Amino acid sequence: MASRKITEVNAGSMADIAFLLLIFFLVTTTMDVDSGISRKLPPPIPPTQEKPPEVKKRNVFVVLINSADQLLLNGRQGSIRTLKRDVKEFLTPVYSGNPAAPNVDGHPEVSEVDIEGIGRFWKSKGVVSMQNDRGTSYSTYIHVQNELAAAVSELRDELAKQYFGTDLKTLLEKYPDKAQAIQDAIPMSISEAEPVSLGE
Amino acid sequence: MAKFKKEGGKETPGISTASLPDIIFMLLFFFMVATVMREVTLIVKVTPPGATEIQKIEDKSLVSYIYIGPPVKRLQAKMGVEPRIQLNDAFAEVSQIKDYVAQSSLNIPEYNRKKQIMSLKVDETTKMGIVTDVKEELRKANALKINYSTKKGYDPNK
Repeated sequence: MASRKITEVNAGSMADIAFLLLIFFLVTTTMDVDSGISRKLPPPIPPTQEKPPEVKKRNVFVVLINSADQLLLNGRQGSIRTLKRDVKEFLTPVYSGNPAAPNVDGHPEVSEVDIEGIGRFWKSKGVVSMQNDRGTSYSTYIHVQNELAAAVSELRDELAKQYFGTDLKTLLEKYPDKAQAIQDAIPMSISEAEPVSLGE
Repeated sequence: MAKFKKEGGKETPGISTASLPDIIFMLLFFFMVATVMREVTLIVKVTPPGATEIQKIEDKSLVSYIYIGPPVKRLQAKMGVEPRIQLNDAFAEVSQIKDYVAQSSLNIPEYNRKKQIMSLKVDETTKMGIVTDVKEELRKANALKINYSTKKGYDPNK
């Protein structure tokens, strides 16, 4: 049989075609990963809802931001530099050691809870309340949110070290139930009030 | 001897380019997998603020974006410099957010609709007033999971 010669397709331009495709994808796509501060908004309030129970004043740490991006922390002028430290100090559960009178003056109340994985724990009832002005700049708002979140996550890390000897990130990866226990012990208790005009 | 004489003298053989397409294809596939299509053209300027306590959004299909910021330079003559909201490819009013939420939730499979995330990409110079209005509208539209888009890194002592 006469062997029929198969003509080969010239693949020389293949590289050029691939290059074109590559450049097209480079131009039309983005690389950046979406990351940011995740928050959950409170559900809309039904008009018939009764007023929520008052929170005791000693349990609330008030953070106000005015339109000039100045901070008022519990009635005193504060700075974003010390915000994390102050909030950490406030949210650290302080237990007097006496079950009959567990509260310590100058600190928020504590209550005893039973948390799986940790056991009996004196949990702080402290809440950080944050309110801003309509004229507050977005960057200050985010930075304050960031510092508040950082304070809570540092407290959680410290507790995780104390109980499980490692930080929360490792716990979240390896033992989600232990991480849950830590998150139960130190809740992310940041509430946001609706913005008002806080004056100049 | 003549038998061992090299043919063609000292010419170096050309490098074979036969594997070049394969290399380029590899690059191409890498970029196709590692990137996402740019969905909208930004008509507002967004420089997100920095933060440290950030979480990555795992599932991009759940996310819809709301951009807030001053219009880009070429549109400033027409639109001014006041921060505006951008939804999809156009400027929008706060009242349009409800529709936008409903519309974008249709792109999410039904079993996942409750997990819808609204990502707020807001310029750092924006005032909170407009952001608050948007948040209030999102609450009304029952899109409660939000994400403030931020850059990495922030030091309060600076």
